[in-house]
Amino acid sequence: MHIMEGFLPVSHAIGWSIASAPFVAVGLRSINKKIAEHPEQRMLLGVAAAFTFVLSALKMPSVTGSSSHPTGTGLGAILFGPTALAPIGGVVLLFQALLLAHGGITTLGANIFSMAIVGPFAAVAVFRGATALRLPFGPSVFLAASLADVMTYLTTAAQLALAFPDPAGGFLASLAKFAGVFAITQIPLAICEGFLTVVVMNALIRFNARELREMNVTPREVIRA
Amino acid sequence: MKRHQNLLLLLAVAALLALPLRMVKKAPVTPQGTQTALFAGSDDQARDVIKSIAPSYKPWAEPLMQPASNEVETLLFALQAAVGSGFIGYYLGVATTRARMGRAAATETKC
Repeated sequence: MHIMEGFLPVSHAIGWSIASAPFVAVGLRSINKKIAEHPEQRMLLGVAAAFTFVLSALKMPSVTGSSSHPTGTGLGAILFGPTALAPIGGVVLLFQALLLAHGGITTLGANIFSMAIVGPFAAVAVFRGATALRLPFGPSVFLAASLADVMTYLTTAAQLALAFPDPAGGFLASLAKFAGVFAITQIPLAICEGFLTVVVMNALIRFNARELREMNVTPREVIRA
Repeated sequence: MKRHQNLLLLLAVAALLALPLRMVKKAPVTPQGTQTALFAGSDDQARDVIKSIAPSYKPWAEPLMQPASNEVETLLFALQAAVGSGFIGYYLGVATTRARMGRAAATETKC
């Protein structure tokens, strides 16, 4: 999902940066507020950031014969809300852009939008939907994390299709091409991300039941299940 | 049961990642009709699609710093994963101990 440095036209690069900036600002404020009210959640926020840091560094082989990486944003979004992930994902993407030549400064806004905004919002929407449908906690977390992963990559495909519409078929033909590169590769990796998120969430529930209940992540009955 | 579930999930992840390595023998074909390297990154393939759709497009910025070699790039990615998993491990260690000491304190006060 990393759009490479310089690979978005100037207007698109600026547009996505403007689109992402308010989410990063609101996210920073929401994190500051949460930490001021609940200083004990600071470590948990660190775990959410660390999870994104780890997963986005792991490039995994997939059934299509290409490799890609998960995003790890679902966990933090479920724990701290969707906007909190925008600055966290931004830091991860900045690290990779500056030191690893992965993504870039000109494409940072677009990459934040797909990984650190659309992904987390999708995660929270799916998680709330699944909970409303009375799905058990584990499967809800799984669906939220894996669909967030897929949505991130579809967003990247859409961003590239907008910037580079097919000369013959326009946006849709181009979208099909970019989605063809990303989507199928991502499906098994999204399933992996879902499983890994459930594993970490299980560990957190086991040892931090009280905090998670206070954060309204888990309903009361799952704690002792 | 919970611990069992986590073990099964981790095994499933390992299987999902190991199976393609055995099953897939041919790399995907680029829009230009050439073969990419097996298990190359999807980001690089997206760049190839851009080149096929807009052959005249010139990237207008270059990365400020390229890792000096593949080894250095691997080092930085490994570092990223190590720092992250180190922190998660530390936190789980703290949380486990806290839960255990909490339980021990609760039983002591009962006696």
